[in-house]
Amino acid sequence: MVQMESPYKLPISSTAKPERLASRLLSRALRASLGLALPVVLLVVWSLACTHEWVPPQLLPAPDMVRDTFIDEVRSGDLWANVRISLERVIVGFAAGSAAGVALGAAMGLSRRLEDYVYPLFNVLSQVPVLAWVPLAMLFFGIGESLKFVFIAFAALLPVAVNTLRGFRGVPKTYMDVGATFQFTRRQYLGRVVLPAAVPAIFVGLRTGLTQAWLSLVTVELLASSEGLGFLVVWGRQLFQLDLVLVAIFAVGIVGLVLDKGLAIVESRFLRWKPAASRSSTGSAQ
Amino acid sequence: MSALEQAPGVRIRRGLVAPLALLILWELVARFQLANVHIVVPPWRVVQTALVHVADGSIFVDLAASLQRDLEGLVLGALVGVIAGALLGASRLVDRLVGPTFHAAKQVAVFAWIPLMSVWFGTGELAKVVFIALSAFYPVALNTEEGVRSIAREHLEVAKAFRLSRWSTVRTVLLPAAAPSIFAGLRLGLVYSWLGTIGAEYLLAPGRGIGNVMIAGRQRVAMDEVFLGIIVVGLVGFTLDTLAGRLEARALRWRPRST
Repeated sequence: MVQMESPYKLPISSTAKPERLASRLLSRALRASLGLALPVVLLVVWSLACTHEWVPPQLLPAPDMVRDTFIDEVRSGDLWANVRISLERVIVGFAAGSAAGVALGAAMGLSRRLEDYVYPLFNVLSQVPVLAWVPLAMLFFGIGESLKFVFIAFAALLPVAVNTLRGFRGVPKTYMDVGATFQFTRRQYLGRVVLPAAVPAIFVGLRTGLTQAWLSLVTVELLASSEGLGFLVVWGRQLFQLDLVLVAIFAVGIVGLVLDKGLAIVESRFLRWKPAASRSSTGSAQ
Repeated sequence: MSALEQAPGVRIRRGLVAPLALLILWELVARFQLANVHIVVPPWRVVQTALVHVADGSIFVDLAASLQRDLEGLVLGALVGVIAGALLGASRLVDRLVGPTFHAAKQVAVFAWIPLMSVWFGTGELAKVVFIALSAFYPVALNTEEGVRSIAREHLEVAKAFRLSRWSTVRTVLLPAAAPSIFAGLRLGLVYSWLGTIGAEYLLAPGRGIGNVMIAGRQRVAMDEVFLGIIVVGLVGFTLDTLAGRLEARALRWRPRST
């Protein structure tokens, strides 16, 4: 179709706008439906496999059974109780561990002498995967509540401290020069130059730390717990109720997502002073 | 800062203070029974246990078992990861189709899959290797995706100007340009597969493996064995990462330093 310009029409820009909006909405809807295609196909295959008994129901419960279990678990408050326990453990442990990590990292960042004394030990400790400490921690703290808090705090502390130190050391020299021009005092340097410049690195540490903390908590709960989401997964497995296992895994994913997004929102508030272009470079390691 | 403070010898000496202090504290706690003596064994007992495990060769059997499944899982996970990541990064359609599901499944803390896998793959070697592969898969796939997606448009235009076929574009332009990201992903995959190996050994059927040494040590309240396990796990992780770093530097030698 050839489009003709009528002299009586309003200028193009104002008529084209709703059209563009509509096409944008359409493309977004198309995109969303493309993204949903795979889950839908999987769901169809899954329910077909169950109704035709291609796989025994003990190995793969039907989707509607999982849905019913999910609704039951939500209604009875059981799921929420376990989510709350896991959330409480990870938030308290992470808060303590990351606060200590930022403090230690900052102290090392301010004093080369302290860095010389402490950093090598940190470096050695961080070579060992966090999980390897679990059995030792279980020996020391038993399998009670203190194990979870101490271990989560420990899991968060190392990456946060190391990245905070990195942030303090990596302040661009030009920023410091600006400070020198303004004849900043040491305090002003810290509050107006060093800390803001270190924030992105600190957040890299916090995000890694939170991921580690959540991963560690779930694992500790799988190994030794009588409550929490990790326990719910193991419990369902022991009862051979895979519907419950799937519901619990789903909840683990949702909580992980909420934690990650929550921290990302906090991060974006802290990084508002930065131009958008340089913000994206602070993605976490995983 | 005085010249003395910058001397490397001083830094090394300072670095040794904290570990030595910890060691002395540990020895004191064990000797004067400041803590539960059944749990805290003196440091030299760890050395003794290590020597016993080395002398009867059992530590090498466990180490070999762990390393073998680690490697099998890594190879499997990395292969699938590179292919999946390349497809996600190169094809818009694949990204729109599979991307949302892929990124949603990533949110689950990976160890939570173990109980489910134990139903599908048993609790033996197969389940362990599949789980380790899953642990390695995500970092490799994510980094490959990132690397392939961020290839400079000019590079692809050069390929187009030379009328390269699809396959030779992948081989001569895409893969080399994405190589640094892919290698970064592989290194992360190495770290995560080692973590996955330990976790799989904790949670799946008992057998040979460093993780099993530690879990068994905890059950017998043998801190020396648990501690030996920690040292071995740390050393292996460090060695693997160092080797991977060397390999990476070698493989990427052709690149200019600045980019």
